[in-house]
Amino acid sequence: MAELTYRDAVAEAIAQEMERDKNVVFLGEDIAEAGGVFKATVGLLDKFGPTRVRNTPISEQAILGAAMGAAMTGLRPIAEIMFSDFLAVCWDIVVNEIAKARYMTDGQFTMPLVIRTANGGGSRFGSQHSQSVENWAMAVPGLKVVAPSTPADVKGLLAAAIRDPDPVLFFEHKSLYATKGEVPDGELVDEIGTAKVLRKGDDVTIVALAAMVPQALAAAERLQQEDGVSATVVDVRSLVPLDTQTIFKEVQNTGRLVTVEENPRLCGWGAEISSIVAEELFYDLDGPIIRITPPHCPIPSADELEDHYLPNANRIVETIRREVD
Amino acid sequence: MSNDKIENDDIGEEKRLEIYRLQLECRYMEKRAYDLFLQNLVKGTSHLALGQEAIAAGFGAVMKKDDYTFCTYRGHNHTLVRGASMTGILGELMGRECGLLHGKGGSMHLTSVEHGALGSYAIIGAHIPIAAGAAWSAQYRGTDQVSVCFFGDGTTNIGAFHEGINMAAVWKLPVIFVCENNLYMEYTPIKDVIPVEHPAADRAAAYGLDKIIVDGNDADDVYRTAADAIAKARAGGGPSLIEAKTYRHGGHSRADPASYRPKGELEEWLKRDPMDLYRGRLADFGIAESIISQLEEDAMAVVDQATEEAKASPTPSLDAIETNLWADGGSSWRN
Repeated sequence: MAELTYRDAVAEAIAQEMERDKNVVFLGEDIAEAGGVFKATVGLLDKFGPTRVRNTPISEQAILGAAMGAAMTGLRPIAEIMFSDFLAVCWDIVVNEIAKARYMTDGQFTMPLVIRTANGGGSRFGSQHSQSVENWAMAVPGLKVVAPSTPADVKGLLAAAIRDPDPVLFFEHKSLYATKGEVPDGELVDEIGTAKVLRKGDDVTIVALAAMVPQALAAAERLQQEDGVSATVVDVRSLVPLDTQTIFKEVQNTGRLVTVEENPRLCGWGAEISSIVAEELFYDLDGPIIRITPPHCPIPSADELEDHYLPNANRIVETIRREVD
Repeated sequence: MSNDKIENDDIGEEKRLEIYRLQLECRYMEKRAYDLFLQNLVKGTSHLALGQEAIAAGFGAVMKKDDYTFCTYRGHNHTLVRGASMTGILGELMGRECGLLHGKGGSMHLTSVEHGALGSYAIIGAHIPIAAGAAWSAQYRGTDQVSVCFFGDGTTNIGAFHEGINMAAVWKLPVIFVCENNLYMEYTPIKDVIPVEHPAADRAAAYGLDKIIVDGNDADDVYRTAADAIAKARAGGGPSLIEAKTYRHGGHSRADPASYRPKGELEEWLKRDPMDLYRGRLADFGIAESIISQLEEDAMAVVDQATEEAKASPTPSLDAIETNLWADGGSSWRN
C-alpha cells in the first residue's frame, strides 16, 4: 500500500493503462509539458512521448471530436476537459455525437473513450470554474458517469473507465486533488456501476458523491459522538450505471434516506435516487427522503458565500438532527 | 471544357465510366427517394443533393476501401458511393428493418462502417473535428488511410469548422475538408452571411492551407482535385480544404420549395447539370451511346430493385428500441 494523492492517482491510472495498451492515447489543454493545470498528469509526457500525450489548442469541440473520431476507428482516447464548466462549449459533441453514435447506427460503432474533467466547488473560482455538472451528464442516455471520492477509487475507476467499451464521463473533484489515501500496489482495476458502503449504521442512510463523501463521513462521526445516531454512508461512485441494489439494501436496513449532492437542486442526481427509492422501497421507509443540496443558484465565489452555498458536515448533521429522530 | 479530350487523358475510360455510374446511381436514387416521399413512404425529412452528385462521385472514385467518409444530413450520395447498400439507404429513409441503421437513424444519419462511411451528421460542423480525429487515428496507427469530410457552405460559419480545421492543420492530419458551396445556407444566400466571396477557400489561408476552388458540377475536375489532395494527405502532407462550387436543384429539405431563389437562377444551373455535362463528356471521348445508355439502364434497374426490396422489408421490431446503447447490446442504466 502506498499513500497517494488524488491527483497522483490520476496519473498512475493513465500510466498503468498506457503501458498496457498502446491504443490508449491522451489529449487535452496543457496536459503534456505542464502536467495539467491541476498537476494531475505530471510525468506522462516523459513516459509516453508527444504522439501519445498530446497538447491541444483551446478547442474543446476539437478535443472531444478528435477523441470520438479516434475511438470509432480503433483507439482508446482519454480526453481532458480542463474544467467541467467547459463541457458546455462542447456539449454537442458529448450529447449528440459521442452518446448517440452507437445507438443511432444500431451498434455499428463502439465508443471506448474517457472524458476526464475537474468538477465541483470549494476553490473560490466563481461560477464558471466551480460548478458541479454530474447531473447534466446523468441525464444523457449513452454516457456512463463516474465521480470518485478517494485516490484508490480514482485509480481503480479511471482504469476501469479506460477499459470500458462505452463513453465514460469521469468527474474528478478539484477540491479533492490534494487529499491523500492508501492505494493498493500493483495493477488496480475497479468496477464501474458499483457503490461502496463506507460506514454501517442503523438509523439513517446517507448517500453521497465525490467531495460530499468526506463531508458525509464527518457528519456521521459527529452524529455518533454527539447524538448517538448511527448513520450508514454510501459512496455512489457511479451515477450511470447506478448501483441501486446497494442503496436499497442500506435504506431497507435504516429506513431513512438522505442524499447529499453538490449539483444545484433541480434535477440533481439525488432526485433520481429519491424517486427510485420512493417508487420501489416506499414501504421500507420510516420517514420522508431528504435531499441536501446547494440552493438552485450558480455557485458564488467569496469564501463565506461559497462555504455557505456548498453542503457540508455541519449542514448534514443539523438536517439529520432536525428531520430524523 | 472544349479541350476535354486532351485534358482528360489522365482519367481513362474505365474510371470515367465508374464516375458516371456513381453519379447515375446517386441521381436516380435520390429522385426515387423524392417519389417515395410523395407516396408517403419516406417519412420525416430528407435533404436531397440533386445537382451536387459530381462531388460525391468524384471523391468516391478516388477513395480506397478503408478510407473514411464523414458527411452531413445531405449525405445519401456520399454514403452510397462508398459502396453502402442502396436497399439499406432507401430502407432507412422508409423506416424499414432493412435500413442501414435498422430504423434507428433515419435519412440524416446514414452510416455504413463496413464501407468506411463513418456517419452522416445532422448538427452543422460537428463532424469536422470528428473527421480530424479519425485522421489522427490513422496517423497514429501508421496506416495510409485518409478521412474525407463533406459539408455545406453554411458550415463555414460555425465554431467547430474553425476548431477542427485548425487542429487538423497544426497536427498535419490526413484529412480532406470538402465544402460543397451550393450558394445557400438553408434558405439564406451564403453571400449574405459571409464577409468574403468564397466561404471556405477564402478562409484557407487562416490555417496555412492553399486556396482550392473546383467546379463541383464537373466530376472530372473534382476527381483530379480529390486525387491530388488525397495523395498529399497519404504522403504526410497534411490536410486540404477544397471548395466545390455547385448548386442544389431543390430546396433545403422536403419542406422547402426554394421560392427565395431569384427567377432564372435554377434554369441557368440546370444548363450545367453535372449529369448532362458528364454524359456529353463521355460522348466526346468517343464512348459509344450504347455503352452510356446501358449504364443508365443498369443504374435504373439497381434503383428499382432496391426500391422493391426496401418496400418488401418489414418495419423494425419494437424490441430494438432499448438495444445497442451500450457495447453489451443493451441499454441498462441500473441494477
